[in-house]
Amino acid sequence: MTANIISGSLIFAAALLFGGLGGMLSERAGVINLGIEGFMISGAFFSALGAYYAESAGMGGLSPFIGLLAAFIFTTIFSGMHALATLKYKANHVISGVVINLLAANVTFFLVKLLFDGSAETPRLKNMFLKISIPVLSDIPIIGKALFNSYPTTYIAFAAVLLIGFVFFKTSLGLRLRGVGENPGSIDTAGINVMKIKFWAVMMSGSIASLGGATIVLTTNGNFSFNTIAGQGYIAIAAVILGRWNPYGVLAGALLFGFAQSIKDQIQILDFASSIPTEVFYMLPYLVTLLALIFTGRKTRGPKALGIHYDASVR
Amino acid sequence: MEKIRQDFKNSQATIPLIAVFIALVIGAIVMLIGGYDPIAAYESLVLKIFGSPYDIGETVRAIIPLILSGFAVAVASKAGIFNIGVDGQIIMGAVSSLLVGTLIDLPPVIHGIVAIIVGVIAGGLWGVLIASLKTKFGINEVISSIMLNYIALYLSHMLIKSFAAQEGTARSSLIKESASVSFPSLNDLFSGVRIHWGFIIIPFVIFGFYYFFEKTRWGYETKTVGLNPDAANYSGMKVNGILIRTMFISGALGGLIGALDTLGVYGYVAIVSSTSGVGFDGVAVALLGGNSTLGTTLAGILIGALDYGSQGMQFGAGVPSEIIGIVISLIIFFVAAPGIVKALLPKKKALKKEVK
Repeated sequence: MTANIISGSLIFAAALLFGGLGGMLSERAGVINLGIEGFMISGAFFSALGAYYAESAGMGGLSPFIGLLAAFIFTTIFSGMHALATLKYKANHVISGVVINLLAANVTFFLVKLLFDGSAETPRLKNMFLKISIPVLSDIPIIGKALFNSYPTTYIAFAAVLLIGFVFFKTSLGLRLRGVGENPGSIDTAGINVMKIKFWAVMMSGSIASLGGATIVLTTNGNFSFNTIAGQGYIAIAAVILGRWNPYGVLAGALLFGFAQSIKDQIQILDFASSIPTEVFYMLPYLVTLLALIFTGRKTRGPKALGIHYDASVR
Repeated sequence: MEKIRQDFKNSQATIPLIAVFIALVIGAIVMLIGGYDPIAAYESLVLKIFGSPYDIGETVRAIIPLILSGFAVAVASKAGIFNIGVDGQIIMGAVSSLLVGTLIDLPPVIHGIVAIIVGVIAGGLWGVLIASLKTKFGINEVISSIMLNYIALYLSHMLIKSFAAQEGTARSSLIKESASVSFPSLNDLFSGVRIHWGFIIIPFVIFGFYYFFEKTRWGYETKTVGLNPDAANYSGMKVNGILIRTMFISGALGGLIGALDTLGVYGYVAIVSSTSGVGFDGVAVALLGGNSTLGTTLAGILIGALDYGSQGMQFGAGVPSEIIGIVISLIIFFVAAPGIVKALLPKKKALKKEVK
């Protein structure tokens, strides 16, 4: 039970972690990205599609990896839309993000119906990611089974935290990226192309978030339908705020929400839970998100230039 | 001719109109790529909207929530709040008026009025929740809106199952006859069109929106806070109170949508796995209408008609109705980023050359 909850938390957290890291990347570069939900939907859709066609082509166990790749590539292109709208055409960041979400939902459902004879969901995948046990470590009682017997996407997500943390705080690229979100004028003065960095950050933001959607499809759901993501992109953004725009903070936030999601599935088996309406458990992740924000809200502060269009003439 | 061109260029309606046009064209292109016939699709869309007296009545019925939702979003944006929580406010309004309509006994008409008022207040309070989370804890309204939408959805399931359950169905029991706000005799006359009190209420809402922002102190304060909260605060306005008041009005309009749909159209609330999306369409309506009274009303009519007509596309031309969702999203996108519309239009120089 404990091991199940912990390992479930990690699996849910992985998806939120990708979404959160993506959102953080964009926001640290000064572009609000409420489109994370849309990018996760896009990732879920293209991973389901990619994996399904790879499977049909007889690639077997390789097909989930093809799905992951498809999610990444196509969502990177899609996130160019948010980058163009906010950076080149100076659209309101929030509205552009909401449009990304609406568009992602409608386009993917349209395509699912188009490609699969009016069906509301993609066919169920036969080959999903299999759990990989890390030798020795996974033999530790309870913790071993919980932490070191998980899907490849979980390990990738945790590696991504370390990698992004390293780039952010230890390289000059990270310094520039953070600078663009805090004080773009001074970065510009230093002779660095502010727009190029912002553009790159927004594009990568979508591609990383897409892996979150792909994770849900390729590990737990096994196909794509209209409620595969159901607000998890927004929870991921809450994790960004909660984690104060810091990769390790985002990790903590994602783990908290992952725990709330996991508890939903596990606690219902228990005796005392049968007297509580199931809806309470469905509400839990959203309630936890709100409560977590309530307890940390005032203290958090985003990047200084967040949501402001950069204009070189008024620096 | 030149004057007309100039007037058109300077009008506020230019960008929205071009945005609608380009979005419809892109929708057609998407259909072509998908192997559908866009002409047949748009034909069946128009036919669904205007095809028969019944369809016209039902189109108007479908427009009412969209206008209300547009105003709900517009009221909030005037105060600088981006309310995408209208869906949650609709749910709370719907379930509250449902409970009044099923559990309580009151004489006809009065029952309906009480049920509507309770629904409106419930929606308003759900809106206040968003405002107080913002003013008290500094929580971004977009995040809290979405969370509250889901919480409202599951809360409504809980309330329906506990107090208004109908065994073996995915919907609540029916409201009592006395709580109905429809016009049965009129509806029979128009072959079952679901006309309800909303038809009488909506002109008052439209005029009320205009009056509130143009003629009242509250409206003036709301606009001032939206334009510059610091200046409003400096000139002695209680910004937080104004935000909460505004979100009550915004949420109340959402609650009214839910109440009218429950009491006047369906008579029950369905247990569904996702929110209706009417609140998101309201974002399109308000943005397209530039938050103005006339603009929002016209945009509500357009989006409402498109929404209703899209059901005909599936039936008439086999095109998935999501295509209209795509068109609506693109309209918002183009209105939000007018630079794209300008980039898509032919350049002025090129136009002159053609004339020569």
